[in-house]
Amino acid sequence: MDLSSKAPQDVDIRQAWDTHKFRMKLVNPANRRKYRVIVVGSGLAGASAAATLGEHGYNVACFCFQDSPRRAHSIAAQGGINAAKNYQNDGDSVWRLFYDTVKGGDFRSREANVYRLAQVSVNIIDQATAQGVPFAREYGGTLANRSFGGAQVSRTFYARGQTGQQLLLGAYSALERQISAGRVKMHARTEMLDLVVEDGRAVGIVVRNLETGAVSTHAADAVVLATGGYGNVFFLSTNAKGSNVTAAWRAHRRGAVFANPCYTQIHPTCIPVSGSYQSKLTLMSESLRNDGRVWVPKKAEDCGKAPDQIAEADRDYYLERKYPSFGNLCPRDIASRAAKEACDDGRGVGPKVEGVARGVYLDFADAIKRLGKSAVEERYGNLFEMYERITGENPYEVPMRMYPAVHYTMGGLWVDYNLQSTVPGLFVIGEANFSDHGANRLGASALMQGLADGYFVLPFTLPNYLAGVKPGGANEGTAAFKAAEADAQGRLDKLMGIKGKRTVDSFHRELGNLMWEKCGMARTREGLTELLGRIPQIRQEFWENVTVPGSPGELNQSLEKAGRVADYLEFAETMALDAREREESCGGHFRSEYESEGEAKRDDANFCYAAAWEFKGVGQAPVLHKEPLEFKYVPLATRNYK
Amino acid sequence: MKLTLEIWRQANKSAAGAFETYSLEGVSEHMSFLEMLDVLNEKLTSEGKEPVAFEHDCREGICGACGFVINGRPHGPQPKTTVCQLHMRSFKDGDRLVLEPWRAAAFPVIKDLVVDRSAFDRIIQKGGFISVNTGSPQDANAILVAKNESDKAMDAAACIGCGACVASCPNASASLFTGAKISHLALLPQGQPERWKRAEAMLEQHDLEGFGPCSQHGECEAACPKGITLSNIARMNGDYLFSQLAYSPRVGASTEGG
Repeated sequence: MDLSSKAPQDVDIRQAWDTHKFRMKLVNPANRRKYRVIVVGSGLAGASAAATLGEHGYNVACFCFQDSPRRAHSIAAQGGINAAKNYQNDGDSVWRLFYDTVKGGDFRSREANVYRLAQVSVNIIDQATAQGVPFAREYGGTLANRSFGGAQVSRTFYARGQTGQQLLLGAYSALERQISAGRVKMHARTEMLDLVVEDGRAVGIVVRNLETGAVSTHAADAVVLATGGYGNVFFLSTNAKGSNVTAAWRAHRRGAVFANPCYTQIHPTCIPVSGSYQSKLTLMSESLRNDGRVWVPKKAEDCGKAPDQIAEADRDYYLERKYPSFGNLCPRDIASRAAKEACDDGRGVGPKVEGVARGVYLDFADAIKRLGKSAVEERYGNLFEMYERITGENPYEVPMRMYPAVHYTMGGLWVDYNLQSTVPGLFVIGEANFSDHGANRLGASALMQGLADGYFVLPFTLPNYLAGVKPGGANEGTAAFKAAEADAQGRLDKLMGIKGKRTVDSFHRELGNLMWEKCGMARTREGLTELLGRIPQIRQEFWENVTVPGSPGELNQSLEKAGRVADYLEFAETMALDAREREESCGGHFRSEYESEGEAKRDDANFCYAAAWEFKGVGQAPVLHKEPLEFKYVPLATRNYK
Repeated sequence: MKLTLEIWRQANKSAAGAFETYSLEGVSEHMSFLEMLDVLNEKLTSEGKEPVAFEHDCREGICGACGFVINGRPHGPQPKTTVCQLHMRSFKDGDRLVLEPWRAAAFPVIKDLVVDRSAFDRIIQKGGFISVNTGSPQDANAILVAKNESDKAMDAAACIGCGACVASCPNASASLFTGAKISHLALLPQGQPERWKRAEAMLEQHDLEGFGPCSQHGECEAACPKGITLSNIARMNGDYLFSQLAYSPRVGASTEGG
């Protein structure tokens, strides 16, 4: 397995991308329309890539499962997008953004990719602004910035609490422009079911039209996956309900190795679960921790009391106690684990779900006293409203209740510096690749990476591949296409034919609960081993006892879910295995055995690599390949927030 | 609480639909409306019946996928709240709720509560963008935008494309949706070069899709979960009028000829 990054090694990292761009082959403008490119997914990465490739003159087909490309889950990102513009003149630079991102990722990302990300970040802001993205502005008309976790400079651009929405609508508008120009053909309500590989190259996909149920194949000269992350393996997450691992997993089964699946990010401030019917979790911006104080009662017996009945002396402001210098503003992974510990200790607050109260207070009483209610309202008014809409409680009067939730996945399909997977012709961008975030992603960096990949990286690296391929070489009539289509159809028929007793959701919830318990915020060898024993059992029961009502030849949401859950039931095993294999704690991956005084303990001597798993069959152990990670420019160091 | 639900069931675009009545017990006030429907669907599935199809994705009020009419009101009774963020505490024990899809000729029903809103994408295709290729822009701070204008553009850009405006309008007009996009871009300097052409082309497509004209009822503003205001329609109409009067193709042709 060749896991060489293909990043130029003979030049300084500052010149790597420019050098690489110059060395790559180009495709003559007159020949571009002869090349067909498939882009799966229409979020920030997919829409920006499809639009830009369309502008360049390629013949692009874009697919999304939603009814419109504008609904991809990038739309839900709230906080902002980082860029090393240094508009605030506060000492920011490409180098500093690079440094912060490598360190924030706990030294588990690839330096060359991260440097390039920081480098093109400035172009993203220019591009989005020119498209009409209404970023926040100062009175003088210049762009405004705010600061965000993990950085000491103000480099985050934002559009109220809807930055993801506005950036996505910008990319969507560019995409619609290319659709109108006839350069991109959009297939909405169409889900990818499989990848077609012929002679070792990705040459097309199998899809299902979700409205008619028709299964068909599409051939292309290259396939780009921009299909997001796998957070819904936990059932409950802040992801959209439709977000799924199917496209990435199917590509994995066809030969693309999957890297670091155990790296998941848990966001500390989400609205707690209110009952067993809970369908998703809602994130509240991290910015709340700027003024809110996190606490739980010192004594478990106080937990049932109203918060204002608990005396100051009986409260445990545990983040301020444990991390006096960063206090309530310590990084996401640390704040999340501390909340879990408090609740595991029996000191959680709020309603009990399945016997345990899982919530901690985020209290604004002091901030209201210090700043006045109107100042707090100005800063957080829209978030307070959203909280009240969901919980029915007024956070000006009662402290908010928060609990961590799965939010983002850093792992994904392995890609080289060209964003190409281990299957030639298959490119992976955005959250779907194993990306530039290492073991932990900094706030406001997901939007940056999605757009960097789609607007400014892939449109250079994909042509380099296409230049070596004869256009139009693949066609839907060949045996590989017929076989892949028959496979997909057979799988759908099988799901419909089981006619068991349990609903798809009941399996998804069972898997999700188990993953959250054993492979969530804190993991142990023992728990993961138990998990690895359970997953095949659930998978077996699924294939014997699931019920999928309706018919396959129509809009059938149960069938859509069933296909996705079936893939999660395979994926989960590789994720748990990766978590067990990585005997260290780093970023979002916390192994309880590897800690010192409650802090994550990395093992650079043995685990300074990206773990890339090769599929060997369902129920068979995947094979681990390692891409060693070298830190030549940002020296390895221990994160410390005490 | 216990609820009686009358839900529109329709197998596909060409089938005739009808209301069916369901009774649901044990509904918690903390559930979102869609979670209540999840519970109903789990029950129906377990009984071997087909669950109710409804559209949803982010369930946090931003993707615009969800939406149907509850007792005559798009997205239900809470102002500025999509149905995914509507919670059952807005209802009481014993309530009878009538659920039906968006009703509009331009939004054909696909199944149950799911409608086809692709007309919105086609309106955007006619000009809901600024023609700038990737890589060509100048530095972002070279374009200054007054804060209040930028804020107004953001107010308009907050549209989530859910279609509640169309569902609430007696004419099934999509003027609020179309006006919001035209306003967003018309309020920014970047949007000026294509401003008049944009208004004309998008409105023409709006009419071609079968959406009705605006007669200023204002129902759309009341139904909009994102607080998009009628002033956006006024701005759109102004731009369209200006386009017709001062920027007709004839003027363009003669300028070119001269």
